[in-house]
Parts: sequence; structure tokens; C-alpha cells
Amino acid sequence: MSSQRPVSPKLRGPARILVAVYAVLAIAATGRSAFQIVDRFGEAPIAFSLSAVAAVVYIVATLALALRRDRLAWLTIGFELLGVLVVGALTLLAPAVLGLGDVDLLDRAFGREGTVWALFGLGYLCVPLALPVIGLLYLARTRRPAVASAG
Amino acid sequence: MIDVFTVILIAVSVLAGVLAVVLGLLGRKPADVTILALVVVELLLLAQVVIAIVAPIAGNPPTGNLGEFWVYLATACLMPPAAIAWALTDRTRWSTVVLGVAALAIAVMAYRMNQIWNVQLG
Repeated sequence: MSSQRPVSPKLRGPARILVAVYAVLAIAATGRSAFQIVDRFGEAPIAFSLSAVAAVVYIVATLALALRRDRLAWLTIGFELLGVLVVGALTLLAPAVLGLGDVDLLDRAFGREGTVWALFGLGYLCVPLALPVIGLLYLARTRRPAVASAG
Repeated sequence: MIDVFTVILIAVSVLAGVLAVVLGLLGRKPADVTILALVVVELLLLAQVVIAIVAPIAGNPPTGNLGEFWVYLATACLMPPAAIAWALTDRTRWSTVVLGVAALAIAVMAYRMNQIWNVQLG
């Protein structure tokens, strides 16, 4: 695996934890949304679809970070930050937009219709909110001139 | 589900997780103590698998969604081997933290599994 090679010395440091936490979140979001879609898609199609999109983006972001595909990492992690902010706000203030109008507040994150970005990722201890911020800071601090696409 | 077992699983996972995160941040490379802690977590997860198979037969069926429960349990079972494989291939202090992250994630998943098994769904 190219991720085992010292593509960038930085990746051998604490960035490994970032990749590991991303991997865990990617697995968690993928498993949950896949099950919700197979089991009960009709109950909240918009929320579950967004959840599946989030899950796929987490997988791509994990790989982009691990392989130091910086541009792809910027795009996917930025998308996640946007997603968690928009969906977090909607689930809090306007749940009807996502078809969750009659779901109790906390159930939007923890319950049957709960999704990864709901209530700013509360169901995942707000890791979905903190992680993209840490990820973008990491990318900014380790920005490599010119060789960014060599990954 | 057996509530006491869930408490044990969560407690051991949290202990293993905190231990590994602290040792990792102190600069320790993955060692017997941290890897064995994850092995213990994996053994408890496998015991949970046996409990989840036997419990419905023995008159302790879930009120929640059994399929969703199994997605969580199966995923949790894969995490210690993955984290240990990581620790064995990348022998740095950060791998010790990764072991801890995996154990803490399992603690959260065990809590969710208990919720899913017990909560009455519509």
C-alpha cells in the first residue's frame, strides 16, 4: 500500500490518528445509512440519502488523507464541514425540510431516523463537526507547494 | 442482551481505550499491554456474539431491531483486528493512540447496540 510509504513525513505523525478517526467515522456512517436505506428508506428518504452521501464522502476523505491527495482531501473535507453545518442547522431549526418534521428533537440524531450530520453530529459525540475543522487545519499546516498532486 | 455484560464490555473498552490513548500520547510504542487490552476487548465482543445468538433462543428476544444490532456488532468485531494490524505494521506511538481510538469507538458502539436491542421501536 502506498499509504505505508513515507509519502510525507507528516503522515507518520499524529496525522495517522486523523486518518484512523476518519476511517472509524466512515465505517460507522456507511453501516448505519446502508442499513437504514435497506430497512426503511421510505420513512425519511431525504435524510437517509444525505446520510449515504455523507458516508461515501467520508470514505473518499479517509483515502484522500491517507494517500495525501490534498486537493481531493480539501474538497471532501470542506464538503463535510458544509454538510454538517447545513444539515445540523436544518435538523435543529427546520426538520420538515428533510422530512423529519414529526420526529422528536433528540431522535433526529439518536433515533430511528438519526443520521450522521443531524444536530451537528450529536449522535456521534459531535466528532462529525470537530473532525473537518481539524482536517482542514491539518491540510493548511502541511500544505506542500507544487507537489500537491504527486500523492 | 444481558445488561451486566454490556456494562462490562463498555467498562473494559473505555479502560483499554484510555490506557492506550494515554500511553500513546506519553510516547509509548504499541506493546504487549496495549495490544492485549484490545485482544481482551475482541474476546468480549466474540462473547457478545454468542450471547446475541443464544439470547433470543433462550427467551430473551430483542424489542428493537435485530438486523441493525448485528450491523453494529459485526463492525465492532472487525475493529480490534484492524487496529492491531495497524499497530503491528506501523510501530510508532501514534499507533498506540489508534488502538485507543478503536477501543473507545467500540465502547460507543456497545452502548448503541444495547439501545437498539432494548428500545421499543414502532
